[in-house]
Amino acid sequence: MERSREGLEKALSEIPVLREEFHKDVRVLGGDEQLNQSLEKAGRVSDFLEFSELMCADALHREESCGGHFRVESQTDEGEALRDDEHFAYAAAWEFNGVGSPESLHKEPLDFENVQLAQRSYK
Amino acid sequence: MRLKLRIWRQSGTSGEFRDYDATDVSEDMSFLEMLDELNERLIESGEEPIAFDSDCREGICGMCSLIIDGRAHGPELGTATCQLHMRKFHDGQQITIEPWRARAFPVVRDLVVDRSPLDRIIEAGGFISVPTGSAPEANDVPVPKEAAEAAMDAASCIGCGACVAACPNGAAQLFTSAKVAHLNLLPQGAPERDSRVVGMVDTMEHFFGSCTNHGECEKACPKEISIDFIALMNRDYVRAKFSNRALAGRH
Amino acid sequence: MTDVSTGGASGTGAPDPALDSKIPDGPIADKWENHKFDLKLVNPANKRKFTVIIVGTGLAGAAAAASLGELGYNVKAFCYQDSPRRAHSIAAQGGINAAKNYRNDGDSVHRLFYDTVKGGDYRAREANVHRLAEVSVDIIDQCAAQGVPFAREYGGLLDNRSFGGAQVSRTFYARGQTGQQLLLGAYQALARQIDAGTVEMFSRTEMLDLVMKDGRAVGIVVRDLVTGDVSSHSGHAVVLGTGGYSNAFFLSTNAKGCNVTAAWRAHRKGAYFANPCFTQIHPTCIPASEEFQSKLTLMSESLRNDGRIWVPGDSGDERAAIEIPPDERDYYLERRYPAFGNLVPRDVASRAAKLEVDRGRGVGSKKNGVYLDFADAISRLGRDTIEEKYGNLFQMYERITGEDPYAQPMRIFPALHYTMGGLWVDYDLMSTIPGCYVVGGGKFLRSRRQPPGRVRSHAGPGRRILRPAVHDLRLPGRSAR
Repeated sequence: MERSREGLEKALSEIPVLREEFHKDVRVLGGDEQLNQSLEKAGRVSDFLEFSELMCADALHREESCGGHFRVESQTDEGEALRDDEHFAYAAAWEFNGVGSPESLHKEPLDFENVQLAQRSYK
Repeated sequence: MRLKLRIWRQSGTSGEFRDYDATDVSEDMSFLEMLDELNERLIESGEEPIAFDSDCREGICGMCSLIIDGRAHGPELGTATCQLHMRKFHDGQQITIEPWRARAFPVVRDLVVDRSPLDRIIEAGGFISVPTGSAPEANDVPVPKEAAEAAMDAASCIGCGACVAACPNGAAQLFTSAKVAHLNLLPQGAPERDSRVVGMVDTMEHFFGSCTNHGECEKACPKEISIDFIALMNRDYVRAKFSNRALAGRH
Repeated sequence: MTDVSTGGASGTGAPDPALDSKIPDGPIADKWENHKFDLKLVNPANKRKFTVIIVGTGLAGAAAAASLGELGYNVKAFCYQDSPRRAHSIAAQGGINAAKNYRNDGDSVHRLFYDTVKGGDYRAREANVHRLAEVSVDIIDQCAAQGVPFAREYGGLLDNRSFGGAQVSRTFYARGQTGQQLLLGAYQALARQIDAGTVEMFSRTEMLDLVMKDGRAVGIVVRDLVTGDVSSHSGHAVVLGTGGYSNAFFLSTNAKGCNVTAAWRAHRKGAYFANPCFTQIHPTCIPASEEFQSKLTLMSESLRNDGRIWVPGDSGDERAAIEIPPDERDYYLERRYPAFGNLVPRDVASRAAKLEVDRGRGVGSKKNGVYLDFADAISRLGRDTIEEKYGNLFQMYERITGEDPYAQPMRIFPALHYTMGGLWVDYDLMSTIPGCYVVGGGKFLRSRRQPPGRVRSHAGPGRRILRPAVHDLRLPGRSAR
């Protein structure tokens, strides 16, 4: 429920190792010419292991808290999420550069013309 | 607790029961988690894991199945296998696990069966024809609360096929009637009421056995759908066969 | 882009040429109308010459497949389940939001738009959110006409309830099974098209790859999960409606089969992946038990309408919930957020619960939950009313925990639930790969509809032919489970 630079960096250092371990140790019994649920799962896990690295990289780069993405480094005195509109009011779109290579960041700026930007308050 | 499991294994057209020991079973486990653990062990020992269907594991998607000790979805009434927990069993118990048994549901592998004939029934009329964009304002067609509730009772069917598996005749009357009733009870479903029931029942008859009022389906249904819907479907079917559909707008 | 001080904000430099969001010109309320008029139409006689491939048959995929089939396109639809009726949209419980203003409580398209941009913590694209709010009303009409048995009042008109994050009552529901009923509606419409021959359905089939030609998506490679056969299918457009990626986490509320494969493999072919870190924590799930647990189970957020959340005031309190007198309980949401109380958005409710558990005030044998208490609602409304509203949820809770929620409070704790990141799409829901469209949870929701719900429009105007069909649940503001 909260993310820190330290935790994310640790995850990013461990995911490639896990991925390598997975591909080395993965054991799928049975063949590929009939229903084989282990084979289905193995393919999905392999994708998750690539995807999760991007998820962590994105979380690390977004040094603000907003909604469910809560960075401990960015909170108000009362412990509520603190957005950083000056630096992060954009959608981060990542371009694939090969497994294990950092992805390239493209930014789509978000303009708010009809709703005034405000810090949410439900008090 | 420890359990002795007799599980149906099938690859290809014939199968057999095999015995397995499940050790360290916690009563907080769901039945499928117990099988997950067994599969982990089988994989460790180099034996192919047991194939079984499940998806949401919240009792709503209808993907899970299993005949447990002769009962569809096991001993607990009104409960899908994924919601069945091991606290309903006792230490040392022997449990027999089989796939759905019905001629319309051929076994794909182990405990996985092909239930696609249920989809064929829906395709034969289990819908209201409203192309996207053509719907009237929702509150223009009031639905009496009681009718909406009754339709919802029928609509809660999860399409798992337990009713078919439990029926000595392999009939799909409970499934089909729930789907017919859901739509035929609503004013929105009225224009196609006759063609719907005829199309769905005729398709059902093509794939499944006939109903002889055993009532096992209602007992096995994880959503406790009432057998009364079968009577309603039969009434609508007979009515549809005799009615002049050109006069349907007169009442 | 505007300067921060004037309220626009972005601070991100020049727009990226690779990301043309194609937001139509004009005032926000006119963009969608104008855009529909500006789109080129396809001659009815030519429609059958186009093939559209749709992967996934949840609310977005099934609705898109049915709508396109009705229009006369050739549709090929694929799902990994044994039937398109099983997609995980089926598990949504709470309801679907729409700006009908049937309660006369001041709701409007603009208010739903506003609530959703705000609920999304200002990380959504305004134009898409506004379209979502606009089509929300049509979706209710469409669903009701298709036979979705929404809850009714005695006069026969549609009933509403409130949901987290909103001060108006705009949630339409079918007991605690709204997602099931909406999905069945979409599936039935799909079945009608399968019977009509406009949609060819491939169940138990998984997408392995996107086929590209000259920089465009022109088809997919799939594997038949029963026979293992690998085959390819070509189409003029590929639509991915393959859901979210919560199963990247050790435990989540997603179905066992939910996966990121289709989206990820499209990403590897050049579709940008947007905001993957935006994941939603749902505040009302049953706390985890042991290592063997295969997934977490969610209790509809609608329960927060009538349930009050609390923890013992004293961290060492070992008494059973009903033995703790009211003045020794801390109703921390009502205390900290008096305006919204138990209905604060999902992220706020989740973090607050974590804070209490971290302080040692957690409940249950593992001290890993907080109470969600219905005692007040039961004494105010009667057990029957509560049973009618939430009966199936109470039953599910009792099955899993062995505890009776009518007699003692539920124990709940947040869990990973929905994901707002996904493949980047423009206003037409097209990814950065021409010809590859993304609908529902697989696309980034230009709104990290955080806890509250998530924004997603859905079957938008992909390839200028898709029309908003059933847009999915949890839409605008919180709705959804």
